[in-house]
Amino acid sequence: MRMNHSCTIKFMSLNDTRVKSEDLVVRTEGLTKRYGSVAAVDDLNLCVRRGEVYGFLGPNGAGKTTTLRMLVGLVRPTRGRADVQGSPAGSPESLARIGVMVETPAFYPFLSGRDNLDVLARQAGVARKRIAEVLEIVGMAGRGGDRFAAYSLGMKQRLGVAAALLKNPELLILDEPTNGLDPIGMADMRTLIRSFGNDGKTVLLSSHQLGEVQQLCDRVGVIFKGSMKTEGTVAELRGSVSLVVRATPTNRAEACLVELLGRQKVTLREDEIHIEVEPHEGAAISRKLIGAGIDLYEMRRDERSLEDVFLSMSAAANDGEERVA
Amino acid sequence: MWLNSYNSELFKLRKRPAVWVVFGVWLALMLVFTYVFPYLGYRAAPGSATGRALLTNVLPQQLAGQAITGYPVWGGALIVVLGALALGSEYGWGTMRTMLSNRPSRMTVYTTQMAALFTSLAALVVIAFLCSALASELISVSTKGAFAGVALGSVAKSIGAGWLILCMWCTFGSALGIALRGTALSVGLGLIWVLVVENVLRAVASIIAPIGTIEKGLPGVNAGSLVAGLGGATAKTSGDGVAAIVGGSQALAVLVLFLVVFGVSGGSLLIRRDVH
Repeated sequence: MRMNHSCTIKFMSLNDTRVKSEDLVVRTEGLTKRYGSVAAVDDLNLCVRRGEVYGFLGPNGAGKTTTLRMLVGLVRPTRGRADVQGSPAGSPESLARIGVMVETPAFYPFLSGRDNLDVLARQAGVARKRIAEVLEIVGMAGRGGDRFAAYSLGMKQRLGVAAALLKNPELLILDEPTNGLDPIGMADMRTLIRSFGNDGKTVLLSSHQLGEVQQLCDRVGVIFKGSMKTEGTVAELRGSVSLVVRATPTNRAEACLVELLGRQKVTLREDEIHIEVEPHEGAAISRKLIGAGIDLYEMRRDERSLEDVFLSMSAAANDGEERVA
Repeated sequence: MWLNSYNSELFKLRKRPAVWVVFGVWLALMLVFTYVFPYLGYRAAPGSATGRALLTNVLPQQLAGQAITGYPVWGGALIVVLGALALGSEYGWGTMRTMLSNRPSRMTVYTTQMAALFTSLAALVVIAFLCSALASELISVSTKGAFAGVALGSVAKSIGAGWLILCMWCTFGSALGIALRGTALSVGLGLIWVLVVENVLRAVASIIAPIGTIEKGLPGVNAGSLVAGLGGATAKTSGDGVAAIVGGSQALAVLVLFLVVFGVSGGSLLIRRDVH
């Protein structure tokens, strides 16, 4: 049974957008999982659009993995529902069209990497030639014959991604895919994920690597204590860009900028002046300052990284909890 | 989809060293306990009544019952280990998660795992029977100087009964592996049940009347009774658990019931529980 509501995507910005339900490959409605009195996931509404790389962020224990487990049918929700690829989460119809790697890749230690993929390929009715293809994609073609038990963590991770790619899925659900990979492996994995997204396919990526999410993801959802705190594009989450100006004498530079931009756009913090303008306006502002006889020795963009956003949200969430306590 | 999944499970079992080890040990023990030891016992005292009885049991005329005398207790114990390993290790390694998030439904995953195990047990029973037949004929040739024929009807019954007993014990082990989500405890508890609990209950059944009633419902006792019904033993009690404590029909019905109960219990747990 399909959900018959239209899913509203909540953005941080003011322009809410309604997305056609057929464009959503993942959508949850009031998804809740309780373990006794503890709500691991609480009334979660998550929407992932076709063709995007969606980053699912949250601290340890926030409910990311429980959510992913519910999306692939390993864990049954206490309340609410989830549809994946238009079918109930965990149904064979849904699983047939998705590739999954949730948590640490788990395979049979007595089998080689290739044989492990063979087990999954037979089970899913996938042609054997696909095994060689996915081993090649993840850079494991030369080691596919080795026993899984002998693999390093990074190789296990690559095999996990190979298994997820086996069905040539329309949606990839990856939980911490770069865990245990060396820097080259991480770069390869990011390229792979991005290329998957560029092919019009969808990726739902859970990660602690905020830089990675910032680099890879079109949209991001942030979950704290089982609840979705915010959802939007990376740019929307990071907010407006400002410029940092360092000039002497500082008081004259500040006065000049206030005259130029207005008081509300200029903030002095120690010896740095923060101005809220579009970066392309920097050239005109620097000409103005120099023309006023001010020595300008630094002007740079001041962008909040996703990490800054995440940490400030985390602090706000913890503050809120302390106040309630 | 079901056949794909079944094919995948057979492939896995075929490639798993533990399966070959269990089957190898099982065949070796079966030949040693069922044919080699009785034959050596006969050779030690060929003229005695005991020696003659031992020889009679291992000749081809007794093949149908003798070939499966090891199944109720020690044979069953090894197959409980196989069942617990097959399903329990899926939880221990986390591969249950991988299988269930791949494609088939949980019902398909469970039924194909059990079907693949039952298929491999069928092969084991047939191979064991052939080995028994060979050993029996060799003993016949060495003692009587001639081969002896075996009734095909009794062969089919023997193989069928042996397969049913092993499937029942395997399902018991699998249900333990699923319930306990691992191998160590499920193997340990399974062995304690087969080798200790049932034997203790048998021992006290003659002293405490209510235990005697319980005894008649035990899986091992019914397995032993089924084998006894096929001529596996003449004594009322024996060390390998073969004794006609209940009738053959009741034994057959109880074993089928246990097979279904263990199968449904394990399956419903696998299908209904969350997998972490």
